[in-house]
Amino acid sequence: MSRETLFNAAILALLVAVPGWALAAGEPFTITLATRAVIFALAAVGLNIALGLGGLVSLGHAVYFGIGGYAMGILAWHAQSHTPLIDGWLTLPGTKSMPVIWLVAIAASALAALLIGLLSLRTSGVYFIMITLAFGQMVYFFAISWPAYGGEDGLPIYVRNGFPGLNTLVPIQFYGICLALLCAVLALNAALARSPFGLALNAARQSPQRVECVGLDPVRLKLVALVISGAITGLAGALFADLNRFVSPVMFSWQMSGEIMVFIIIGGVGRLFGPVAGAGLYVLLEHLLGGVSEYWQIFLGGLLLIVVLFARGGLAGLIAGRRVAHD
Amino acid sequence: MTEPVLSTHGLHKAFGALAATQDVSIDLRPGEIHAVIGPNGAGKTTLIAQICGTLAPDRGEVRLLGRDVTRLPPAARARMGLARTFQISALAMEDTVLQNALLGALGKAGRPWQFFGAALGRADLRGRAEAALDRVGLWDVAAVRAAELSHGQRRQLEVAVALTLGPRAFVMDEPMAGLGAEGSHRLTALLDGLRAEAPILLVEHDMDAVFALADRISVLDGGRLIATGSVAEIRADKAVRAAYLGDAA
Amino acid sequence: MSPILIAEQVLNGLQSGVMLFLMAAGLTLIFGVMGLINLAHGSLYMVGAFAAAAVAAATGSFLLALAAAMAAAAGAGALVELVVIRRLYDRDHLDQVLATFALILIFSEGTRWLFGSFPLYLDIPDWLSGPVTLPGGIQYPLYRLALIGIGLSVAAGLWLLIAHTRIGIRIRAGENDREMIAALGVDISRLYTMIFALGAALAGLAGALVGSIQSVQVGMGEPVLILAFVVIVIGGIGSIRGALIGALLVGLTDTLGGVFLPELFKLIADPASATATGSALASMSIYILMAAVLVWRPTGLFGAAT
Repeated sequence: MSRETLFNAAILALLVAVPGWALAAGEPFTITLATRAVIFALAAVGLNIALGLGGLVSLGHAVYFGIGGYAMGILAWHAQSHTPLIDGWLTLPGTKSMPVIWLVAIAASALAALLIGLLSLRTSGVYFIMITLAFGQMVYFFAISWPAYGGEDGLPIYVRNGFPGLNTLVPIQFYGICLALLCAVLALNAALARSPFGLALNAARQSPQRVECVGLDPVRLKLVALVISGAITGLAGALFADLNRFVSPVMFSWQMSGEIMVFIIIGGVGRLFGPVAGAGLYVLLEHLLGGVSEYWQIFLGGLLLIVVLFARGGLAGLIAGRRVAHD
Repeated sequence: MTEPVLSTHGLHKAFGALAATQDVSIDLRPGEIHAVIGPNGAGKTTLIAQICGTLAPDRGEVRLLGRDVTRLPPAARARMGLARTFQISALAMEDTVLQNALLGALGKAGRPWQFFGAALGRADLRGRAEAALDRVGLWDVAAVRAAELSHGQRRQLEVAVALTLGPRAFVMDEPMAGLGAEGSHRLTALLDGLRAEAPILLVEHDMDAVFALADRISVLDGGRLIATGSVAEIRADKAVRAAYLGDAA
Repeated sequence: MSPILIAEQVLNGLQSGVMLFLMAAGLTLIFGVMGLINLAHGSLYMVGAFAAAAVAAATGSFLLALAAAMAAAAGAGALVELVVIRRLYDRDHLDQVLATFALILIFSEGTRWLFGSFPLYLDIPDWLSGPVTLPGGIQYPLYRLALIGIGLSVAAGLWLLIAHTRIGIRIRAGENDREMIAALGVDISRLYTMIFALGAALAGLAGALVGSIQSVQVGMGEPVLILAFVVIVIGGIGSIRGALIGALLVGLTDTLGGVFLPELFKLIADPASATATGSALASMSIYILMAAVLVWRPTGLFGAAT
């Protein structure tokens, strides 16, 4: 077993053991923290498909996170206020069912990723970074100035949405749902990386002209990667809104985009479990340092700077050693 | 005369005031190696870029297998059977030799939208990739990363990826550049055998290789084609001697 | 809607455009010469605004405050370049994004720690306050007019600097060929520090000037930074002229869209929902402009075609 496999196994064990301990010790807040970490990890695994496999430095992934959040917020708000979602030739009600909300979140954020990708992939490099950041800001301002769903104040949802057969109000059950989704998405990520699509995408990241001259279209490969990536981050957004029972334009903010990327970097770029380790470390720091100092993000900034300048492999690189060729 | 596999007609490309390609008409016939030579800055790389589709000409036309492909993107030309090797290796450096060859096989199969199942486990792709590696003599380093290959091995891998495409025509941009005597000898032998499979448009600086391989030679100078002919004709051509071979000899 | 109101809004658009230009010019210069994407440019804008507010409060002099803003931003810029940024020139864009994102966190939280979370106010000096009457009977605030003047002067100054001075020649040479300029015996790392400090000083100036109209607070820089990115995408990376045209386009679109789109919608819908739809659309107008430029010309209006 390689060191990276051990590292991955250790993280999975922690994801099971920590909430297990918290449940036994009667520490529900720890379970909430762990849920937060798992949802952030899910968002970051989504981004990592675009960033790690496709080399797309998308600084606007908060768009998909927020769209997922608002998919939940809007559907649940209509359900709790008993107003129809659409009332025209077709009347559609809101819903409090998680699976339905997830599907809507995935579809809506995939569509947004498709549109943003079609425009931003006309360019590359630093243009791509600036454009994704700008579209993020566009959606943020739109959410603030659109009054129908709370505008700047956001939308509170009174009761967490339901999942058939489970009581989502029990923290550990909601955690279980989130962890299961994270594992499923990690499995998807691993499958993608090894698949023919992953092979072509990986090559498109390293040498687009090579991919072109074997007859494949690197832009289309990257577009599909961005859509998959956005859809996963959108799913994470729906869960995040359900965790907080609240959505607001903050989910769309550029800081959110930056943070999702930070999870990947402090965990380890291009590693399957890098985003998970990074999100966990982030939530831990937020909790520990946030209790010590109001200005804890200074330390986060310092840590990030050190990782970028001196420890590029992140946590995974430090613990599991330098990256080796996959397979 | 047989129909050329690949041809350009009156190709013209200027960058500002500098005409990099002026009225170039050149063709590649079945079974031949057609070398394109010329001093630095003669417009060889610009010509290749237009033939392969990474650069759009201002005027003129590129034909592949009897079809006008001037407006087609590089990927579409590759799918029609145009295989290119790069002057500066454009391999996926973090990937293994086998993965690089698999990419070519995947491109040939033309179906990259398969999201599940390991690429390495696909017998059809793998067979094609391994056969190509075997032919260029890279079979024993299949598991090595491209970044760790020697310069000469990267050249061989470039050719191997082109082979996986089962091409109708090769376009090779200075495959001998930077190779030692032994390396270029080996590559010369390899290319020699390829012409029966598909003709090669060979842009090359190494005159030993050109004279050993070429059926015909075209000479570019200042963006213009100043001569095309057999090796003997080109050796005897006064204009060529003045423009090019004169200072090389 | 009267012609006078329209003229006023056009002037407002110009004013916000030239301030954006001050930000975008530094960003595009730094990218053009050093190949660096600097997210922390908005922090330098904030540093300028805070320095100006502090010095204005201590001395009461607006001119001293502006000088302090430029000096503090240039100093912070030079320091950051020496300690962090120069390690990033050879790195990929991802590393540049992350390291400069880290700098934002450090600058923002550091400023919050020093000055607190409450906004500061920077007063317009007496000699620049009050309206002036322009030809056509337009009453317009003198201060905003001064901002337009300062912005255009800086644009002219930058053009002179780059086109006609020794430093400008070096900057242009650095854009084209780093090794060449190093071979000519120019100390390239000093040149880079200078360019970075120059860009920072422009950002600091913009922060101080705009800080007098709006409030001075932590986080004020990033929305402007993102607008400046939109400007650069529209104008083309590395082009000062593109930055100027792009900035004016964005300033005008943003200002005029915010005023006229709700009015436009009132023609077809009831006032309440027209205002809502109009202002929501107006908030998106510059990004729609950016998208249109991307479709038409992916490398920007004045960017080098690839």
